[in-house]
Amino acid sequence: MPLPTGDVIGILGDNLRLRKSVLPLPTKVATKWTEGLGLPRGGKTVLYTGMMYQLIPYIEGLVKAEMKFGDSWLARYTGLGRRVNRIVNISAFMARPSAKERAVYDQVPINVVHLLRKAGVEFGALYEDDLYSGALAYDLGLDEVVVEHAKRVYAVLKKRGVKTVITIDPHTTAMLRSVYPKVLDGYDIEVRSYLEVLGEKEMTPSSVLSGAVALHDSCVFARYEGIVDEPRELLAAAGVTIRDPENSGRQTWCCGGPVESLYPAKAAANAERRVAQLRAAAPDAVTMCPMCFVNLSNAAGDTMRFKDISQYLREAYAS
Amino acid sequence: MTALVNPGLATELARSDEFNADACMNCGVCSAICPMGVDVQPRKLFRYVLLGMEEQVRAETENVFSCLLCKMCEENCPSGVHIAENLRTLRHHIVRTTFGLGEG
Repeated sequence: MPLPTGDVIGILGDNLRLRKSVLPLPTKVATKWTEGLGLPRGGKTVLYTGMMYQLIPYIEGLVKAEMKFGDSWLARYTGLGRRVNRIVNISAFMARPSAKERAVYDQVPINVVHLLRKAGVEFGALYEDDLYSGALAYDLGLDEVVVEHAKRVYAVLKKRGVKTVITIDPHTTAMLRSVYPKVLDGYDIEVRSYLEVLGEKEMTPSSVLSGAVALHDSCVFARYEGIVDEPRELLAAAGVTIRDPENSGRQTWCCGGPVESLYPAKAAANAERRVAQLRAAAPDAVTMCPMCFVNLSNAAGDTMRFKDISQYLREAYAS
Repeated sequence: MTALVNPGLATELARSDEFNADACMNCGVCSAICPMGVDVQPRKLFRYVLLGMEEQVRAETENVFSCLLCKMCEENCPSGVHIAENLRTLRHHIVRTTFGLGEG
């Protein structure tokens, strides 16, 4: 049985309102990926993670706990948990991924830093001011909470003199590029995905890759933001043979991740159907969203291998 | 079957020009291609809204929140219905009126 929908949404909304993220992370954890990269603080152009990759191992831990609680007597106390969570961040105690698990996801923004540098892009980072975008809360209909949070994000960007944001994942891209302009008066930040930025640079691979991969398009990139060609062109120029699964491009099949926080069993069943399509195309698959990566990897087990696109691109263009 | 009708429901939900449940012509393409299967039926939900059947919308809460917002339906909708945003608007309504959430 899933946990009570209203209470789970309430906890996520309370966290965003009180702690600036649906699942608050310690600053040290959220900024770990920046260590040793020498990125300037702020500037006209910044790489913006929206904490998405850093959040995934914690969300995974929370979902596992949710699935365990959902079938136990503890589920009856979710409402009480929400009241306590307003005072003490209990969600932080429910998910404690290991350093090794976190490192897998931290590697993605690190890859992107090396790729952008290779492409000659000058940019900084916002460190502890690189806030979560509010994507999950917006999807759940918590519009008033999201508007207040978006004002905080925009204020930080203005304070740091940011004109252009380079995003990594599809959800942060869609929030900052397509949602914020609808809910914030005068919003004037240019938002580009790093895949779009790299795509314009006509980069030459320093190391030509080989082999075939099944490409899993993110539905948010493909259908919300129109990003379909860039990942294909970058991978193809790197020497990778792309095998499109049964549903691809603008007809891509969702990984199931968007309902994982409320109905993990439904998300898993959907991911299994998508894995079957991908497996029929190739034993190796590439994702470009952390939610897709984790959902599909979990559903596939050891039957196929998933890598984030940044890993392939770094190996080819910035190794 | 009897139903308590809120004739102003569609107007209450139409916070912006994006909400266009009335563009749905009930063809069923959305349900046929939905990755989540036939439990999520936008055309049925939109019909409830247009008829003001608020209780029936609330009774569909799990289906409303089971939508992936992946826009597969919208991509293939012959009537240009903003299905994902319409569903999100229903969520906003349920969040406020059923769960008592949503204050900034």
